[in-house]
This record gives sequence, C-alpha cells and structure tokens, in this order.
Amino acid sequence: MANESTTKTFTVAALLAIVCAIIVSLANVSLKDLQRQNQTLDRQTNILRAAGLVQPTEKVTGAQAAELFKKSAAIVVDLQSGEIVPDADPEAVEADKTNLRPLDKADDIAGIGSVPKLGVVYLFFNDDGTLDAVTLPIVGTGLWSTLYGFLSLHSDYATVKRLVFYDHGETPGLGGEISNPTWDRKWEGKIAVDKEGEPIIAVVKGTVNPDAQGAASMVDGISGATLTGKGVTNTIRFWLGDNGYGPFLKKLRFDEIELPAPTADRKDEK
Amino acid sequence: MKFSESSKDSFIKPLFKNNPIFVQILGVCSALAVTTSLKTALTMALAVTFVTAFSNVGVALIRKVIPGSIRMIVEMTIIATLVILVDQLIKAFSYNLSKQLSVYVGLIITNCIVMGRAEAFAIKNKVGDSLLDGIGNGLGYGAVLLVVAFFRELFGFGKLFGIVVFPTVQNGGWYVPNGLMVTAPAAFFLIGGIIWLVKTCNKEMQDAE
Repeated sequence: MANESTTKTFTVAALLAIVCAIIVSLANVSLKDLQRQNQTLDRQTNILRAAGLVQPTEKVTGAQAAELFKKSAAIVVDLQSGEIVPDADPEAVEADKTNLRPLDKADDIAGIGSVPKLGVVYLFFNDDGTLDAVTLPIVGTGLWSTLYGFLSLHSDYATVKRLVFYDHGETPGLGGEISNPTWDRKWEGKIAVDKEGEPIIAVVKGTVNPDAQGAASMVDGISGATLTGKGVTNTIRFWLGDNGYGPFLKKLRFDEIELPAPTADRKDEK
Repeated sequence: MKFSESSKDSFIKPLFKNNPIFVQILGVCSALAVTTSLKTALTMALAVTFVTAFSNVGVALIRKVIPGSIRMIVEMTIIATLVILVDQLIKAFSYNLSKQLSVYVGLIITNCIVMGRAEAFAIKNKVGDSLLDGIGNGLGYGAVLLVVAFFRELFGFGKLFGIVVFPTVQNGGWYVPNGLMVTAPAAFFLIGGIIWLVKTCNKEMQDAE
C-alpha cells in the first residue's frame, strides 16, 4: 500500500493534528465562560457556607449568591500591620503570586512555607448595618495534604461562627471527616482567642469534658485522626495569630480601625 | 449500515464474556480510584464509554489511510482529543463531579481499554462494528465499576448515590463505616472477588492448566 510513503505519513499526521486542534480549541473557547462561572460560584458558595448564610448541603444559584454578597464587603488587609488597604482590588490581590512573605521555621506552625503580605477578608453585615461575621480564608497542612478552608468569627472577633474545609486530601472516613458538616458545626460558639486576642482554640483527643478548664475553647477530636486534628489546630492558631490575621483582628476588637460599608451601599453612594 | 452476525457479538461479548476488567484485566487503575461512590463511578463509566465508542469510530473511519509507522500516535491523538472534550464538558456542566473525579477524567487517556480496543479492533474493522465494540467495552467496564462502587459506598460511607442507607456514627447514627472500603485496596479485593466468582461459575473462562 502507498500508506507507508513519507509524504503520506506527513499528510495524515498534519491533517489529524489540525482537525484535533480545532475540536479542542472550539471546546475550550465555547465552554470557558461556563467553567469560570462554576469556579466563581463554587468559591462564593464556600464563603457563604462559612459565613453561615448557606447551609452545608444547600445549593445556591449565581443570582442567589450575588444577592447574599450584596450585604458583604471583601477587603484587603496588610497582615503584618493589621491595617486595611483601601482601594485595593481583592481579586487582583488573590491572583498576585508575588504577594508572598517567606516564614521562619519557628513561626510556620501551619506548615505553609510562606504567607501572603496582603490578605483578603470577607465581612458580612446584618440588615441594620451591624457586622454579622468576618470570614477568613485559611490554609494549612494536615497529616497528608494541604487543607483549604474558611473560618468565620462573630462580631466580637473571638467566637467562632462557623468553620468550613472545602478542599483537602486526608483519608476518607478518618481525617477526611474535617469536611463533614457534623464535625464542622462543633466549632460553633467556641472561643477562639483569649482576652488579649491570642489564639487558644484547640482540637483535643476524644470528647471534650464540659467541666474541664477552658472547655469553651476545645473541640472534639475525630477518632483515628489525631494528627489531622493537630494540623487543624495549628492552621487555625496560625491564621488567628501574629503572622496571620491576628494584628487585624486585634485592631478591630480594640476599636482601632473602622470597617467599610457593604458593597451594595457603596455602589449607591457613587 | 448493515450489522453482520459478528456485530452483535462485538457489542454483547465485552459486557460479560470478554469483559475488559475481569477477563481482559484492563483499566483496573481507574477502577480503584473512582469507585468510592456510585455517582463518580457512573460518571466515569459514561465518560469512558463515550471515549471508547468515538475513538473506535474515529480510528475505524481512517483505518485505511493510517500509515502503519504512526498508527499508535494517530490512535493516541484521537483518544486524547476526545478525553479533553469530555473533561471540558464535565467541568462546564457538572463542576462538583469534576472536582471529585479530579485528574481521573484526564487519565482516561491512559486507560488501557481505550487504546486496547482501538489497536485490537477498530484498526481492522468497520465503523459500525467498532462503534458497538466501543460501547460494549465501555459498558462492560462501567458495570464492574458500579458493582464495586455499590459495595464501597454502602460499607464505606453508609450511603448509596449519596442517600443515607446506614446512618454513620460520625453523624449520630449506629453504623461504624468500614475504613478499608474507602481506600484503594478494597477495590483490589472486590475486583479480585468478582474475577474469582465469575471464573468459578463459568468453566469456559478458566485458564487452561
């Protein structure tokens, strides 16, 4: 057969490459918007779940999420000074890969190597304009994998409103239970920091004895997942501590800075 | 399109008698990874069926013009294109599933069933027969996946298709989930068990000694 000639081989290869490239490019271009919407909605849903505005198994549409986000504000915070950076674009900050500060081994209790210089914080407001929740993105190392989540505090900046882990690679059924809403809800109402604003919350081994000293800052461990629990403790303590959102939260708590208004109100002013 | 007597065979045989997983022992890797729940197993089964069916069609269509020297590269290109297509579609229309399946959709490329059928069947058979062979193999693979996922989800999480069957202790119920079921070795045991059962019941499938 003439199939084996060099010209034919090149022709078949080139034609096939062109046809396949067209199919792949078409699929990518036409589906890109939809995929991006999915990603945004997924992230927004996780934030809303952490803020307690959406229940763990509840699904929201893009329109519903947008409505709920009207009563919120995403602000950019200089983590080291704890000051709000006005006019900074949260999306640009999140996308900026140079926005990193290496950590000393001793400070790096969450095992993440480096920490953003500028952090994004989500504020959720009640209808009367008072603060409902402050939601912080957190990331840390569990037993096997990196844990990604959001931690929400009440407006006293000390009590946990809700904790959500939305991505991790821990063992299903053991450490993987950190993303089980039943466990996440055990964090509700726990005191995360002491009077000076230093993080004290911890996951304990076994069940918390309600009569123990400091029981209000202890969370039941997951059986068979002691090390993942340690990772969670360290992650949360890191982000509430001096290298995380600690300086910002302390300033808020002791009334040293003012909070911006919800996004929807600000647009009205303009 | 006219289907010969052998067309029926190319569809029916891979469902059981020449099942890709428990007879040909192909595609076992992904069968371990995506069978922790029925939903991911079903999605994976459909995705693989789509890819084997259309890669077989693609290869069969141009089988007469493919130069032998680049035969496998051509097959691989067709398969890769289809896999990217499936991956993009799942990401666009079922984002949560795409997160659960993570890299395994992309890894359909390396699923030996797809390449195996292109090389063993589509390259020398008619388009219609190749389509049936692809669908048959995809479904044969999918059926085993679903059986394995049924046991793993039920005993590992106490659920079927995400619906609670046995309330687990973590959620205040009585069922202590079987930790082995949620890890990959469980799938080895289950697939091994299936192979043993099928071969014991079907004398003709046993290897000659």
